[in-house]
Amino acid sequence: MASVEELQRKVNELEAKLAAAQGNVVPMRQKIDVMSSEVVDSNPYSRLMALKRMGIVNNYEKIRELSVAVVGVGGVGSVTAEMLTRCGIGKLILYDYDKVELANMNRLFFQPHQAGLSKVDAAAATLQAINPDVSIETYNYNITTIDNFQKFCDSISKGSLTDGPVDLVLSCVDNFEARMAINTACNELNQRWFESGVSENAVSGHIQFIIPGETACFACAPPLVVASKIDEKTLKREGVCAASLPTTMGIVAGFLVQNSLKFLLGFGNVSHYLGYSALTDFFPTMSLKPNPQCEDSYCRTRQAEFKAKPVAVELATEVTEDAKPIHDDNEWGISLVDENSPEEETPTLSLVDGVQVAYSIPVDNSTPESSTGGAVAASELSLEELMQQMKSM
Amino acid sequence: MVDEGTRKTLSSIPLLKTKAGPRDKELWTTRLKEEYQALIKYVQNNKEADNDWFRLESDKTGTKWFGKCWYIHNLLKYEFDLEFDIPITYPTTAPELALPGLDGKTAKMYRGGKICLTDHFKPLWARNVPRFGIAHAMALGLGPWLAVEIPDLIEKGVVKYQEKSEEAK
Ligand SMILES: [Zn+2]
Repeated sequence: MASVEELQRKVNELEAKLAAAQGNVVPMRQKIDVMSSEVVDSNPYSRLMALKRMGIVNNYEKIRELSVAVVGVGGVGSVTAEMLTRCGIGKLILYDYDKVELANMNRLFFQPHQAGLSKVDAAAATLQAINPDVSIETYNYNITTIDNFQKFCDSISKGSLTDGPVDLVLSCVDNFEARMAINTACNELNQRWFESGVSENAVSGHIQFIIPGETACFACAPPLVVASKIDEKTLKREGVCAASLPTTMGIVAGFLVQNSLKFLLGFGNVSHYLGYSALTDFFPTMSLKPNPQCEDSYCRTRQAEFKAKPVAVELATEVTEDAKPIHDDNEWGISLVDENSPEEETPTLSLVDGVQVAYSIPVDNSTPESSTGGAVAASELSLEELMQQMKSM
Repeated sequence: MVDEGTRKTLSSIPLLKTKAGPRDKELWTTRLKEEYQALIKYVQNNKEADNDWFRLESDKTGTKWFGKCWYIHNLLKYEFDLEFDIPITYPTTAPELALPGLDGKTAKMYRGGKICLTDHFKPLWARNVPRFGIAHAMALGLGPWLAVEIPDLIEKGVVKYQEKSEEAK
């Protein structure tokens, strides 16, 4: 007998199909085998392939072989997935455990008739209609729980079109726990990923490119925030958790996909950190080195691996043969780490003006907040006995 | 900063020692024992202070927690189901406490009835990894949340008093 979960999934699938059928009576176009640069009104790729003719991208059609995981299909993730779909990405893997709600309609992408559907199913239906060439895989679960985390890791490490690791993971989640879970997975799997975020007051955002061992991971420092120039005292949080604007989310999604494309197709400079302050139209960029004392042991392992690598092997993006040498005003800061310059990194971060840590953690973390309760003493009781004691209180 | 009452409550809860999450097998069992010890002590403290306000239990793995919390307003007791999962990133990240019965009834919640925490919570939690546990999350997160939100929700008529139907409990 099918489990309730399976049945629920089936119902969701059918609902998504029904909604897709109701909302979209236009027949789907045929799949296209090879991207053509022919400029005819029926070719959805002609303007993208024009990037090649203009010398911006050397091998645009390579995008058909690439796979990207988008974690979180909300205000940023859904727009990110749509952009990648329209760009003709080979494969998209979508993760979310939320449903579409009418309260989401201040954001882009989802439509009122999709309310009640799971976000991944609703998104897959829309995206598949926009571009049937994209292979789309969906996972409707919370990646932070013990049951799902391993499934999440497996789907990333075997998610490409050739059953290898995906080319890039994009974090479009809205909470610290999920970001940390993605960070944990990507450090373990040595998987490159972009973190993205929009502040709870909706007027700032950022993206951050994380190459395990080479750039700072999400656990290397407390969360970074772009200074919003709002006096904390005037910031009212009474009565609401979070605000959101389609503009800020769309801008952050645009930054995210733009830098993803540059990384995936090897053109331009990939920003390691790009912030956005909406109130002042301020866009700080910087590069962040990993923290040698990072709490994440896999981050430290990746750092050691990176240090052991010969110089000039890792240059973040593919370097084409005629690439110019990296010059001095390379402010996004990929620098060749020279083994002869013993640059002792202190755990203190060098942040660009306008970006700060959300909070500080004392270096000497051994003195706890004043406590009169002391520490728990080792208990003679077993876990079962303690559970029973708690239950009978 | 955190108010004096919360600070005092917080400081009387025993601190935990083991930095281990659900993926750490044996160390997680050690951590779970500490969690239960701290919770038991906290409930005892609450009873002594005549401020008993929640019960919690977990499944065998200690990753799924459920229970009840209640709030007394004008001599009436309002009770709510409470649940949360322990994320694999615990205790670096705090559990997200949820009151599913109030989902959609207040703006001070995220999806699924997860309560909205104050700006003080995350920095204080981060500075106290791994010493803070579930009991601290309850005292620092849910306690103050109930004290602010429930009277407001009762006043707005969103939360209504329900007679106990089952007397024997
Ligand atoms: Zn790190």
